[in-house]
Amino acid sequence: MDPTSAWGMVWRGIAALITLAIFSFLWRDNPVYKFIERLWVGVVTGYWTMLLYYTSFTDKVRVPIFEEGQWWYIFPSLLGVLMWFRLSKKYGYVSRYALAFYIGISTGVFIPLTIKTSILYQVQGTIRAIDPTWTGIMFGIAFLGILCSLSYFFFSKEHTGVLGVSSKIGIYTLMIGFGAGFGLTVMGRVALLVQRVIFLRDYGIDLLGGGL
Amino acid sequence: MKRQLPIILVFICGITMVIQFFVPHEYSEDLFQYANDFVIVIGILALPVGIYSLMTQTVRKARREPKERLYSLATIAGFLVMIIAGSRREWFTGATSLSSNMFNYVLVPAQATLFSMLAFYIASAAYRAFRARTLLAALLLLTAFVVMLRMIPLPEPLSTWNNDVVRWILEVPNMAAKRAIIIGVGLGAVTYSIKIVLGIERSYMGGD
Repeated sequence: MDPTSAWGMVWRGIAALITLAIFSFLWRDNPVYKFIERLWVGVVTGYWTMLLYYTSFTDKVRVPIFEEGQWWYIFPSLLGVLMWFRLSKKYGYVSRYALAFYIGISTGVFIPLTIKTSILYQVQGTIRAIDPTWTGIMFGIAFLGILCSLSYFFFSKEHTGVLGVSSKIGIYTLMIGFGAGFGLTVMGRVALLVQRVIFLRDYGIDLLGGGL
Repeated sequence: MKRQLPIILVFICGITMVIQFFVPHEYSEDLFQYANDFVIVIGILALPVGIYSLMTQTVRKARREPKERLYSLATIAGFLVMIIAGSRREWFTGATSLSSNMFNYVLVPAQATLFSMLAFYIASAAYRAFRARTLLAALLLLTAFVVMLRMIPLPEPLSTWNNDVVRWILEVPNMAAKRAIIIGVGLGAVTYSIKIVLGIERSYMGGD
C-alpha cells in the first residue's frame, strides 16, 4: 500500500492516534490510554491465535492427520484436548497427564542442550592459550573476570581471604556488565522513541503537504 | 493416579529425551522430531484454554464494574476483528489485507510506543536508584553513561576514544560478566530440570 494514498493516510492516521494515545500515559493514567491498551491486548491475542492456528495447528494437526494420513499425530492431539479439563474443578487433574508429557519432553530436550550451550561451549570459549599480545592480555583479563564473577556466586564458603578478593573483583566486573546492559537497553528504548517521533513528524508533513 | 502417574510420565519422557540426545541414529532423529511436534501440538491445543480464560475474565470484569465495559469491549472487538480478518490464510498473509493492516498500523505502533515509553520510566527509575553512593553504584553509573554516550555524535577525537572504550567494555568486562551469568544460569536451570525429571520439583502440577 502506498503510504501517501488515501487508505495509506487513513491507516497511518490510526497508527498516529494510537501512538499519541499511548504517550498520553506520560501525563497520567487516562481512559484513552486504557482503551488502546485493552484494544492492543485483544488484537495481539487474535493475531497470535491465527498465527499459531496456521503455523502449528494446520501444519502439525490438520494436514498430517487428515491429508497425509500420519495417524500417530492423533496421540498428541488427544493429549492436547485433555488440557481443556483444566477448566473443570472436578476433573482438572486430567490435564496433568498432558502437562506431564509436555514438561517431560521439554525438560528432557532442555537438559543436554543447556549443558552443551550454556556450560560446555561457554567454558570452551573461556579456556584457551593466552598469547603475549594485546588481544591475549585482554583475553586473560576476561578470563580472570569470569572466574572472579563465578566466585561471587559461590556461597559454600565465607567470602574471606582469596575468595573474598576474587568475589570483590567479581562484583566489580558484574557491575560493569550491568552498567553496559543498562546503557544498551536505554539506548534501544530511546531508538524506538525516536522512531515513533519521526513517524509522527512524517505523518504530519504528509498530512499538511497534501497527502490526502 | 492423580499425582503419581504424571510424575512417572515426566520421568520416562525426560530420561528418554536425554538418552535420545546421545544416540546418533536415524530413529533417534525421528523420535526427536516427533517429540518436538508432540510438544507443539499439546501447546497449540492448550491455546483455547488461555483464550477462554482471557474472555471470561474480561466479561466478568465488565459485568462487575460498569466503568470497565468499554475497555472490555475493546479487547473483545480487537480479538474478534483479528480472528475474522485472518480466518482465511490468504486474508491473513495478504500484503494489503485487513489483517496485515491491523498488524502494521495497530499492533506494531502500539507495541513500539509501549516499549519506547519505557525509556522515560527507566530514566526516572535510574535517577532514583543509581545515585553514586557507593563505588559499585558509581561504576555501574559510569559504565552506563559511557555506553550511552556512544549514541551521541561527539566531535573528534572524543568520538574515537569513546568508541574504543565502549568496545573494550563490551568485549572484556561485559563479556566476562555475561559469560559468568550464562554459566551460572545454565547450571541452575539444569539442576532445576533434573529435579523436575526426578519428581523432586512438582509445583507444575498445581494444587490437589
